[in-house]
Amino acid sequence: MLVVQNLNVFHGPIEAVHGISFTVKEGSCVSLLGPNGAGKTSTISAITGVAKSTGRIMFADEDISTLPVEIRIRKGIAVSPEGRRVFANLSVKENLRLGGAYNTANVDRLIAEWFETFPILAERRDQMAGTLSGGEQQMLAIARALMSEPRILLLDEPSLGLAPKIVTQIFEMIKRLKEKRMTILLVEQNATLALRLSDHAYLLNNGLIVADGTAETFGSNDALMAELTGLA
Amino acid sequence: MEFVAQQIMNALSFGAEYALLALGLAIVFSIMGLVNFAHGEIIAVGGYTMVAMAALSLNNPLIVVGAAILAAAIGAVTLERVAFRPVRYADPTTGLLTAFGVSIVLQNLFLLLVSPRPIAVTSLYFLEWPIPFVGLRISSLQLFETITTIIVIVVMMLFLKRTVLGLAMRAAALDFEMVRLTGIKANRVFAAAFLISGLLAGIACVFIMARRGSVDPHLGFDPVLMAFVACVVGGFGSLPGAVIGGFLLGAIEVAMLVLLPQSLGGMTEAFVFGSIALLLIWRPDGILTPPREKGDKQ
Repeated sequence: MLVVQNLNVFHGPIEAVHGISFTVKEGSCVSLLGPNGAGKTSTISAITGVAKSTGRIMFADEDISTLPVEIRIRKGIAVSPEGRRVFANLSVKENLRLGGAYNTANVDRLIAEWFETFPILAERRDQMAGTLSGGEQQMLAIARALMSEPRILLLDEPSLGLAPKIVTQIFEMIKRLKEKRMTILLVEQNATLALRLSDHAYLLNNGLIVADGTAETFGSNDALMAELTGLA
Repeated sequence: MEFVAQQIMNALSFGAEYALLALGLAIVFSIMGLVNFAHGEIIAVGGYTMVAMAALSLNNPLIVVGAAILAAAIGAVTLERVAFRPVRYADPTTGLLTAFGVSIVLQNLFLLLVSPRPIAVTSLYFLEWPIPFVGLRISSLQLFETITTIIVIVVMMLFLKRTVLGLAMRAAALDFEMVRLTGIKANRVFAAAFLISGLLAGIACVFIMARRGSVDPHLGFDPVLMAFVACVVGGFGSLPGAVIGGFLLGAIEVAMLVLLPQSLGGMTEAFVFGSIALLLIWRPDGILTPPREKGDKQ
C-alpha cells in the first residue's frame, strides 16, 4: 500500500531524515518508534507533502512524491497530526464536515456513526473544538481524519500529553480500526503500547532507521526493549 | 427625535460602505495574512466599467451595476492569480510590497489608458431618488446601501456556516496547512477569498459612485483607507470585527459631523481619528481580537 524508498526530509536547509526506506502493507499496522527529534513526524510530513523531501513515495503502486498535498490526501491518505490540530474556531460537527470535504455523499452517515462511537463528541457537537479536553480533541482529530474513508491512516503521536486512562481509550479505538483491516502508520513515543498493536515496527534515531522487525522480535530483544521503554 | 433618526440613517449608510470594504480586506487578510493595498483599484475597476458601459450606450442601471460588480470580482480573482499566487507562501512583507506594486501599476494604467481627470457616470440615477419616510429625508442610496449590506452580511454568514468552502475559509484563518491536509484545494480557498473580496468591492463601488458621481484613478483610495481603519478598530483579520468596525466608524464620523461646532467643521477627520486613537489605547488589538492560537499543541 505504502512504499517509502530512500527518503530524505528537509526543514529548510536542515536534513531531518537521511535516506530511510520502509513499507506498510495493506491492512497492516506499522509503527515508527523513536525518541523526540528522531524524524518520525518529519517522515509523516514528507508522506503528506507538507515537508520537502527527496526519494520515492509509492502509494497504491503510484509515485506520489511530486504531487501537491491536497491531491495526495485525495488519493486516500488521511492524517491525524501531531498536536491534534483540530480547528479550534469551528464546532465539533463542522470539524467533521471538513474532514469529509471530498466525501460529501457519506458525510451525514459517517458523522452519525462517529457520534455513536464517541458519545461525548455527540454531546458537544455544537461546541467549539477549542473548548474540548485534550482527549476529546484527539478523538475528534482521528474521527476527522477518517471522515474521508481513507485507504491509509497516518496517526502521529495519538497519546501525546494525554492521561493514561484516555490513552487506553484511544488505543482501544485504534485496535478496533485495525480489526476492521484499516491500514495504519502509527508514530509513537510510547513503544510498549504501539508494539502491542503493530504487525511491524521501525526504530528511528537521528533520522535513520536503526532497527526493524515484527512486534515479537522487538519484544524478545531485551536490550532493544530496555532502550525503547527507556525512551517511552 | 426625527433629527436623531435621520442621523442614525446617515450613520448606517456610511457604516455600511465601510463595512463592505472592511469585510473584503479582512477575508483576504484572515486567510493569507495579506493586507491588500490594491483593494482600492478593484473599486476603480468597477467605476471604469460603468464608464465603459455608458460608452457602449448601455444605460440600464441593472446592467451597469451588474457589470461593475462582475468586473470588480473578475479583477480581484485575476490579481490573485497573476500577482499574489506567486508570493503566497512568501514572507508577509513580500505580499505587502506586491500589493503596493499592484496598486501603483493599476493606478498608472488608469492614468495612461483612460484619463487622469474624473469622468462622470450618470446611470446610477435610481440611487438619487428621495424616499419620504415618516418625515425623514432618506435617499434611495441610503436605503439601498443599508439593506444591501445587511443582506450581504447575512449571506456571508450563511456561506461561512453552511458550506464546506465557507467552513474551510474559517478554518484556514487558523491553520491553513491542516485545511490542505483534509484534501481541500488551497487554490480554491484563495480564489474564493478574492472572489468574495472583489464582489464586496464591486457592491461598495456602486454606492461610492452614486455618492461621487464620477470616477478617477484614485477613486478607491479614501474609502479603502477608512476600511483599513475599520478593520483595525474591529480587530484585524476578524470578519465580525470588520463589520462592527465599519459601522462604528460610520457612527463616529456622523456623530462628529453633527456634534462639532461649525467653526471646527474642517477638523472632523482629526476628531474621528482622535477618538479611534483613544479607542485603541483602551483595546490595542481592536474590539474583536481574531483567534490566533492553533488547536491544542503541546
